Amino acid sequence: MSEFILEARSIVKTFPGVKALDGVSLQLRKGEVHALVGENGAGKSTLMLTLGGIYRPDEGEIFVEGKEVKFDSPHDANEKGISVVFQELSLVPTMSIAENIFANRQPVKAFNMVNWKKMYEDTIELLALFNLEYMDPSTPVNRLSIAMQQVVEILKAISFNPSVLVLDEPTSSLTEHEVEQLFDNIRKLKDRGLSFIYISHHLKEIFEIADTVTVLRDGMRVCDADVQTIDENFLITNMVGRSIENMYAQRGDIPIGKNVVLKVDNLSRKEVFEDISFSIREGEIVGLAGLVGAGRTELGRSIFGAEPADSGSLKLGDRNIAPRTPLEAINAGIGYLTEDRKTQGLVLDFTIRENLVSNHLRDFTSVIGFLNEGAITKFAEKSRDDYRIATPHLGQKIRKLSGGNQQKVLVGTWVGVGPKLLIMDEPTRGVDVGAKSDIYRLMRELAGKGVAILMISSDLPEILGMSDRVLVMQSGRLVGEIPGNEATEENVIALAAGTIEGEVNK
Amino acid sequence: MTWLKNIVKQREFMIFMIVAVMFIFMTFASPYFFTIPNILAVMLGLSLEAIIAVAMVHLMVSGGFDMSVGSVVAFTGAATAMMLRSGMPVFLAVLLGLFIGAAIGTFNGFIVAKVGINAFVTTLSSLSLFRGLTLIVTHGQNITGLPKTFKLIGQAKVVGIQTPIIIAVVLLIIGDVLLRRSRFFRQSYYIGGNEQAARLSGIPVDRMKILAYMLTGLFAGISGIVMTARLGAASVTAGSGMELRVITAVIIGGASLNGGEGSILGAFLGTLLMALITNALTLLGVDVYWQTFVIGATLLLAVLIDTLSKRNR
Repeated sequence: MSEFILEARSIVKTFPGVKALDGVSLQLRKGEVHALVGENGAGKSTLMLTLGGIYRPDEGEIFVEGKEVKFDSPHDANEKGISVVFQELSLVPTMSIAENIFANRQPVKAFNMVNWKKMYEDTIELLALFNLEYMDPSTPVNRLSIAMQQVVEILKAISFNPSVLVLDEPTSSLTEHEVEQLFDNIRKLKDRGLSFIYISHHLKEIFEIADTVTVLRDGMRVCDADVQTIDENFLITNMVGRSIENMYAQRGDIPIGKNVVLKVDNLSRKEVFEDISFSIREGEIVGLAGLVGAGRTELGRSIFGAEPADSGSLKLGDRNIAPRTPLEAINAGIGYLTEDRKTQGLVLDFTIRENLVSNHLRDFTSVIGFLNEGAITKFAEKSRDDYRIATPHLGQKIRKLSGGNQQKVLVGTWVGVGPKLLIMDEPTRGVDVGAKSDIYRLMRELAGKGVAILMISSDLPEILGMSDRVLVMQSGRLVGEIPGNEATEENVIALAAGTIEGEVNK
Repeated sequence: MTWLKNIVKQREFMIFMIVAVMFIFMTFASPYFFTIPNILAVMLGLSLEAIIAVAMVHLMVSGGFDMSVGSVVAFTGAATAMMLRSGMPVFLAVLLGLFIGAAIGTFNGFIVAKVGINAFVTTLSSLSLFRGLTLIVTHGQNITGLPKTFKLIGQAKVVGIQTPIIIAVVLLIIGDVLLRRSRFFRQSYYIGGNEQAARLSGIPVDRMKILAYMLTGLFAGISGIVMTARLGAASVTAGSGMELRVITAVIIGGASLNGGEGSILGAFLGTLLMALITNALTLLGVDVYWQTFVIGATLLLAVLIDTLSKRNR
């Protein structure tokens, strides 16, 4: 019996032009949660996909309980005790909870006919692990919340009875409460002897749930450590390879302008948000905090004309506006970075160059309607340099970029519009530490040029680190306003959860 | 009572209700409607399309799509007739005819799954290819003078019911049970619903896709042979426009072009609804030119209701 339940030795995996894994080793003990951290492109996903049987390593060995194994397919890895919960949900939306969990392994009766009764019973048994036995196993997955879909995904992995469960960014779409619930469940499963590999960008989570951690950078293992003995700075320094002195960058010397850019008065949208009033001045970064479902994104979309408000008024500069469509908002000078860049922000199969100009093609169009390709290229090259978009060439498809680089392109497309007000919804979701600090620096620069920024974020350190002023929403209402230097985790959370009352200066 | 709620939420239930309402209305509106000859006539009229619909639902569930079935009907019918005219035994000619249908389907499936050309474009090419080939081999002439034993396939009666109806009903029932209950055919729902997920679950995606096209070709072949036997002749225009009617019926029955949804029961009800509309308009003496229009409106309405009800939940 080996000391390790899973061990990878000197794994090498090469893709055309990149050495994704360069002799990476990893050891996992029985019953521990082992975190895997690193920036995008560090090789976390490749390692995970190799351990999950999707990629075959070029060199190196994998041992499960001391025995060397080779995985032919993800299915094969499952049978040998390793289950991967993917970040991109691998569920079939039209099918039921039960059929998703038992995909292609439905219990059968004679003639290979599906035994629905047994499948539903087995599903309820699994749901009971998360205290969800009241759910109907025949519910189609597309009627479930994202968090619940994530649970189904985890149950599917657990149903293989694995000895190792690999979780890739499991919390990216969960609320705080759901994250707590997930952690409770991880602890419960851990007590039963299950081991975890836990991949996350949220360093805070690692200190909460992990026992040990391995840091990857540029396809190599930088170090591993017992979580008890290290701190966040240690991780960041090892991940980035340089220490990030001030993640959130300093406010420039330029003071916040006198002029109000956006003034929102008594804005309401039925059953979504009510009676919202606030203003943002030139060069000001206003953080909009609150729990998921508090109506923040809806407020942002409403200002942007995507879901127009029912009543209330908006003033941009001196002009009253009432955008009914995004186009009207863009023309008025409002930019909006969506929280879901992949489905709403970028065209994944278009190139970087095409995406960068997608929302202001007019600027590159001649009088007779032809595009000025040279000008587009020049603009794209400038954007790449300004925003530090890491790419071999501008003809690269967006799909192939890391999350951080995609987000930088998205910022670029909106800055190109020349907005007076930029609404940024979860600007650094799924983005690694290095790209995060680049995006923060960019936001500072934009603010320095007088752009007003409304930053919607569920990431508290980001709200506290970036905001000149913090607004807090709760259940569709604006419940508090705190100057940036007085905001703390405690008072923002308390306002968002409704445990204290705040004040709003209208 | 959740099972009752679940039934009501099904697309099949909605169409069943529409069919039922039409039935009741027509029974009062026309004395001839609810008589055995008329019901059998309606069933006979829809049987050839229903046969193809069985395989088309499965194909569309897996995310595929086939525009060429009408041409395959004509080509297999003509090929079988020519083989019969050359003196080949009935059994062998029918078997070869079915084989040709399956082969054309496999050809479509291979191009879509392995070469990766879009299903619409691939099968649109096949639509022209095999309609053209039918015209070439027959010189545009209908083929008549087929043996009696062959004609029995389409003209015999068992307890007063024509064989095409019996063949269609048998295939519908077997197909529905298999697609609903067998683990093998349920693989197609995963493929149409999320191809990536299907692959990760160890489903042989390409093989299943090719199989779905093969079955569609085979069932179009069955339909073509039954049609030829029933008419006692292979017609070069047989099956033209059939692909659109079958796809319409399948979509009315709850399948979607995105895949992952649909059932054979639904497709049958869709086919039945379309046949009933035609029958009702005829019995009520409405100008025949209205029929196509009403079917278009029905399709749009079915899809609209579906989309709106999904938006509301």
